[in-house]
Amino acid sequence: MNDSANALEVRNVSMEYKMSSEKITSLKEMFIKRLKRQVRYKTLRALDNVSFEVKRGEVFGIIGLNGAGKSTLLKIVAGILKPTSGEVIRRGTIAPLIELGAGFNGQLSGLENIYLNGLLLGYPKKFLQDKLDEIVEFSELGEFIHMPLKNYSSGMRARLGFSIVTCVQPDLLIVDEVLAVGDIKFRQKCENRIKAMIASGTSVLLVSHSLSQVQRLCRRVLWLEKGRVRKIGETKAVLTEYSEASQEST
Amino acid sequence: MILFVRNFIRYKDLFIELIKKDIKLKYRQSYIGVLWSMLNPLLMMVVLTIVFEALFRREIEYFPVYVLTGRVLYAFFAEGTNAALDSIQANAQLIRKVYVPKYFFPTTRVVSAFITNMAAVIPVVGAMLVLNMHFSFYNLLVIVPLLLLLLISIGIGLILSAFAVNFRDLKHLYSVLLAVIMYMTPIFYPESIVPERYLPFMELNPLFPIVRMVRDTVMHNTLPDAHDLMFASGYAVLYLLIGLVVFYRKQDRFIHYI
Repeated sequence: MNDSANALEVRNVSMEYKMSSEKITSLKEMFIKRLKRQVRYKTLRALDNVSFEVKRGEVFGIIGLNGAGKSTLLKIVAGILKPTSGEVIRRGTIAPLIELGAGFNGQLSGLENIYLNGLLLGYPKKFLQDKLDEIVEFSELGEFIHMPLKNYSSGMRARLGFSIVTCVQPDLLIVDEVLAVGDIKFRQKCENRIKAMIASGTSVLLVSHSLSQVQRLCRRVLWLEKGRVRKIGETKAVLTEYSEASQEST
Repeated sequence: MILFVRNFIRYKDLFIELIKKDIKLKYRQSYIGVLWSMLNPLLMMVVLTIVFEALFRREIEYFPVYVLTGRVLYAFFAEGTNAALDSIQANAQLIRKVYVPKYFFPTTRVVSAFITNMAAVIPVVGAMLVLNMHFSFYNLLVIVPLLLLLLISIGIGLILSAFAVNFRDLKHLYSVLLAVIMYMTPIFYPESIVPERYLPFMELNPLFPIVRMVRDTVMHNTLPDAHDLMFASGYAVLYLLIGLVVFYRKQDRFIHYI
């Protein structure tokens, strides 16, 4: 069981998108275009044979320019997208801080949304009932929790979303630069909570453009370039080469 | 398969919550809420009885209950499958953001339509009482055709939802098909007016054997006809199987189209 030291293993993952010259969204269009032989596909390789693993308790960073495939990779790890080939092995629970407040419904109250959102993340109902007070308290929503969500400000929504996702102690936390939510005070609170999780053994997969943040938090870094792994290794070595390369290209 | 079961158990609370949410949203901001699910078929019954009773009184006994049962079954089928058709599209936000077993969306919508439409049991019983009809234990067997109809609707809902992702105009096509199914179902006319040679066509309609079974158990106090039972079970298995296969083959690509 030497593998169990890894919280996440990504093995030879490739992702291809089929891009038809135009998007066909109706039957009529399809028949006409098929007849005229106008449907052409281009394949786009968003990820090409990417492999890496995240050890238990490790903070692992992913860097790369826009369009390098970072978000695609995170979505594959979270199970939202299925890779064209390769496999992803997840050991333990995952909390995706990719998009906060997935499935929030404006018609329902904050309280009802806690259950809906929590269940969508795969938490059992019993568990949510136990954690309810903690979630409400952390979100600082107070009495607003009984109001329909459509009357919330965007900051309030984000606060609620963050509080729900992080009410567990996951084995792997996926963070995609979402921490730019809420005011400074709440941001500080979020960072502290994540740090506390790291301290108690949660692995983190972090995508960020902020090199200083990566340097501060991560032990190892993966550098993606046009869907391929350009370099993988200790933070310092990768970051030096990365900033050199991006200076050259400008 | 084991994986499938384990996954379902993990998310079973979500399944229930999605159904609750559907029902809750349906009745939000309506004054009498679930009463609509009883009042609506009752009003339809009154209208259809006034319009058609004079025509078919001789062939059909207890006309109001006859139309009411037919109408409720059709209403559930139409509402459930139509809601399922839209379900992937309507939950696009979710599918893009988190992992959820995707078949939950069409199935929960069919199930919630089933539950709200089952409120119509009360007006059916009420009408039977008013008309002084005979009750018996056979009435309870109505659960068999109802469950078969639920399975059929889930199967068709899965097929529709999977295709509707790529082809938005399926919605319009399906509304025409629903009208055809409605007229192929003996809701307000007696089966006896259908010429013998067209009967095989009528049986292509999955609602046809279901409606007959429901009326056998509720109105005629008999066991459902074996022939109908066979057809209805056949449809249930067939549609469910096709639905699952189609859905599973297409579901990983939904995200590229929504």
